[in-house]
Amino acid sequence: MAATPKKPAKVGAVANWADERLGLGGAMKKNLRKVFPDHWSFMLGEIALWSFVVLLLTGVFLTLWFDPSMAEIEYQGSFDPLRGVEMSRSMASTLNISFDVRGGLLMRQMHHWAASIFIASMMIHMMRVYFTGAFRKPRELNWVIGCLLLLLGTLEGFTGYSLPDDLLSGTGVRAADGFLKATPVVGSYMSFFLFGGEFPGDSIIPRLYTIHILLIPGLLLGLIAAHMLLLVYHKHTQWPGPGRTEENVVGFPMLPVYAAKAGGFFFIVFGATAVMGGLLTINPVWKFGPYDPTKVTAGSQPDWYMGWPDGLLRIIPGWESTIFGEPISWNIMIPILIVPPLMLVILMLLPFIEAWITGDKREHHLLERPRNAPTRTAVMVSLMTFYGLAWAAGGNDLIAIRLDLSINQITYFMRVAIFLGPALAFYITRRWCISLQRHDENKLLHGYETGVIMRSPEGGYSERHLPISENAAYTLTARDREQAWTPSQKVDENGVAAPGGRLDGIRSKLSTLMYADNVQKPTAAELEEAHHHAEHEHALTAALDGHSADGHQFDGHHAVEGENLRGDH
Amino acid sequence: MSIQPDKPSGEVAKVSDPLPDPGLPAHTWRPTDVDEGLAKRAERQVAGFFAASAVFTVLFFVSYFVFKVGDDWDVTGGLGASTVALGLTLGLALLCIGVGIIQWARKLMTDQEIMEMRHPARSSDEDREASLAALNVGLEESGIARRPLIRNSLFGAIGVIALAPIVLLRDLGPTPSQVENEEEGLGLEHTIWKAGKRVVRDVVGTPIRAADLQIGDLVNAVPDGMFQLEGTELQVQKAKAAVIVVRMEPEEIVPGPGREDWSVEGIVCYSKICTHVGCPISLYERTTHHVLCPCHQSTFDLADSAKVVFGPAARELPQLPLSVDDEGFLVAQSDFTEPVGPSYWGRGQ
Repeated sequence: MAATPKKPAKVGAVANWADERLGLGGAMKKNLRKVFPDHWSFMLGEIALWSFVVLLLTGVFLTLWFDPSMAEIEYQGSFDPLRGVEMSRSMASTLNISFDVRGGLLMRQMHHWAASIFIASMMIHMMRVYFTGAFRKPRELNWVIGCLLLLLGTLEGFTGYSLPDDLLSGTGVRAADGFLKATPVVGSYMSFFLFGGEFPGDSIIPRLYTIHILLIPGLLLGLIAAHMLLLVYHKHTQWPGPGRTEENVVGFPMLPVYAAKAGGFFFIVFGATAVMGGLLTINPVWKFGPYDPTKVTAGSQPDWYMGWPDGLLRIIPGWESTIFGEPISWNIMIPILIVPPLMLVILMLLPFIEAWITGDKREHHLLERPRNAPTRTAVMVSLMTFYGLAWAAGGNDLIAIRLDLSINQITYFMRVAIFLGPALAFYITRRWCISLQRHDENKLLHGYETGVIMRSPEGGYSERHLPISENAAYTLTARDREQAWTPSQKVDENGVAAPGGRLDGIRSKLSTLMYADNVQKPTAAELEEAHHHAEHEHALTAALDGHSADGHQFDGHHAVEGENLRGDH
Repeated sequence: MSIQPDKPSGEVAKVSDPLPDPGLPAHTWRPTDVDEGLAKRAERQVAGFFAASAVFTVLFFVSYFVFKVGDDWDVTGGLGASTVALGLTLGLALLCIGVGIIQWARKLMTDQEIMEMRHPARSSDEDREASLAALNVGLEESGIARRPLIRNSLFGAIGVIALAPIVLLRDLGPTPSQVENEEEGLGLEHTIWKAGKRVVRDVVGTPIRAADLQIGDLVNAVPDGMFQLEGTELQVQKAKAAVIVVRMEPEEIVPGPGREDWSVEGIVCYSKICTHVGCPISLYERTTHHVLCPCHQSTFDLADSAKVVFGPAARELPQLPLSVDDEGFLVAQSDFTEPVGPSYWGRGQ
């Protein structure tokens, strides 16, 4: 080892110096060997975290040259086709970063790619948390923080891509002005205050800049810190399995393994972003040109994460009504001002709605497989279907062009699909989950399918089943036995039922529906009987033992050491 | 007023039923744990990744100085090469560090999983009681419950002072009515269009002679004199005064009530700003006289007062009444007779 005897003494001295001033010993004792369970899906949130760090680093670089001013100048930089064109200083400085600062275009593209990855990974991480039930008590508040992070990340993205003041982003800002104006009573005031007067004015870019580099990042940092602190305090959830219970957490210690893996992963996310920034063009503002309120390009799309409200905006009929002689623009309010906030509220409330319906007040640290919570899984798939259809509607013009379809018919189709699709997705997902549960139950009770087909003396064919391993069987049964909530459960110490609330009926009905048709894990008696039955069946086929069908021993259910194909004998 | 501790709610789910927990499976050793040669090899691999990273970083510096950004923005060795080379070298330098560290963790660091017990998120009963006691003492000593006058007046004061930031933000912008100026064409209800103002082609600014337009033509146009404006004033007028001029067979036009004399020999003029959320409409289909907004596909029939025939827009495009001046050039009869662009509270019917 390279360490000389002197070194530890120096390290010790530094540690002593720090501890005598900061008292880190106590916190470090608890956390240096803190256990983090391992699973690929736990990495999704890490991608979000690290891409945020990449955003901070590349963002600081960009601020050194970006000039958030709407003052008009004549561009005289290196990019020939736009030389001599009037544009705002923000657009000109964006071109300057892209064409005259070495590494500038790389940093711009890395920043934009990292933003896309940040939001995408947050969304996928959120789905992972939901599908596995990781949002349950005690983690509901962290779920809410996560939802706020998603909202802020989206707003941060919008304010960011609006800054270059190019034709595409300017079109987006113009639409945002229309959204503000659609707000009843105060709409035109909100627009005038935000834009510092009439659209477009000369204030919007500097204001978006302050929001983008100070206000929202500050909030994001604070919420991310809270998100991480709660994660550490609650300890990470884990998948059930032999030795992994509700009361413990099994995995690798923070130091060295987890720190190395997470730290190494930071470099991988950073590196992947750099390669993307170098090879994949994103937001080529020089192709769009500076913003001009009289111009627009066909196929204008916002960044992908803003696509779904834009899709709703495209497929809603032109509804406008009048109140006090003034217009109420339902055609804008519903898709932009009502549905997206409503979706966010629904998302934030999901843990509380589920807990209310199930009446479950226990802490949960073991994850559930999506199939074992069919209704929950179906709810998320239904929401995802809504999102996906709305998002596709946001590209209705591109779909029409690429697939040579009528844009009107796509729009009519979407108007129906946006309602039918989620309902259909809910039904299919739920039944699919229950089928998978039945499959699991079969594996538990009758063993796995070996693929060995036997013919009985009577000429009937059957497939031979073999029991799954003890560990696999335990993992399949290591879940909760569900019980629908009933009002009569509320009994006080004296055995007297509490008076039912008004919503008790609905609650117990929802609870029953939530678990309806779910397959509960077998009881000890059922398992016993199934094993008994299997033994009986096995007796009938005992003659086959020792004549295993070649190759089937390598079915992934056995250790294969010492197994030979019959041809070897 | 005193806050009472609550009972803990709920046990944990019982999952070790009907099968007992077999316990953690035995640890299996990796090849690098049992074979010092393999461990050495892994060590060399990790160090190799770190060395490769340093090489890529050096190449990154080389690329920075070798490839020019500047006038040769689209030739090899110019900006494209610079960005690609910088991105690749930086990316590979970072990836090598990441892969090296993870290889180190997977092959050489202990892979023995360890176990830690969880504790309920709630604090212990003693802690709760102690905190509640402290809280109650604090509340008691403050007298906040006994002296509601203090409490309520404080809440009132805070409520009022919370309005200060809102008031302070008042100067973010003028109100719509403060901006409104018919003479200068400012505000939501006015543009610089005026009676007798010539309709000129966008960009070039030349006036349009009615006789020069062919049936089926669409011209993007602006009010004469708009390009004398500069900066914000120009942008503001561009965002609302832009129009499209179309010529069709006069008998195809269904004039709106009171708009019988707004067209000139089949030439009609409409606001270019979509009444949905304000994108400039741009796609014209001459056979149907439909014009489509590329943002959200609202479609307007220019032969029929630009009524909405499809899409999310709720109202027709405002029409600019046209006539011709002595020299035969198209001029406006007046400003638009209704506000241009998206609907807003205050525009009236």
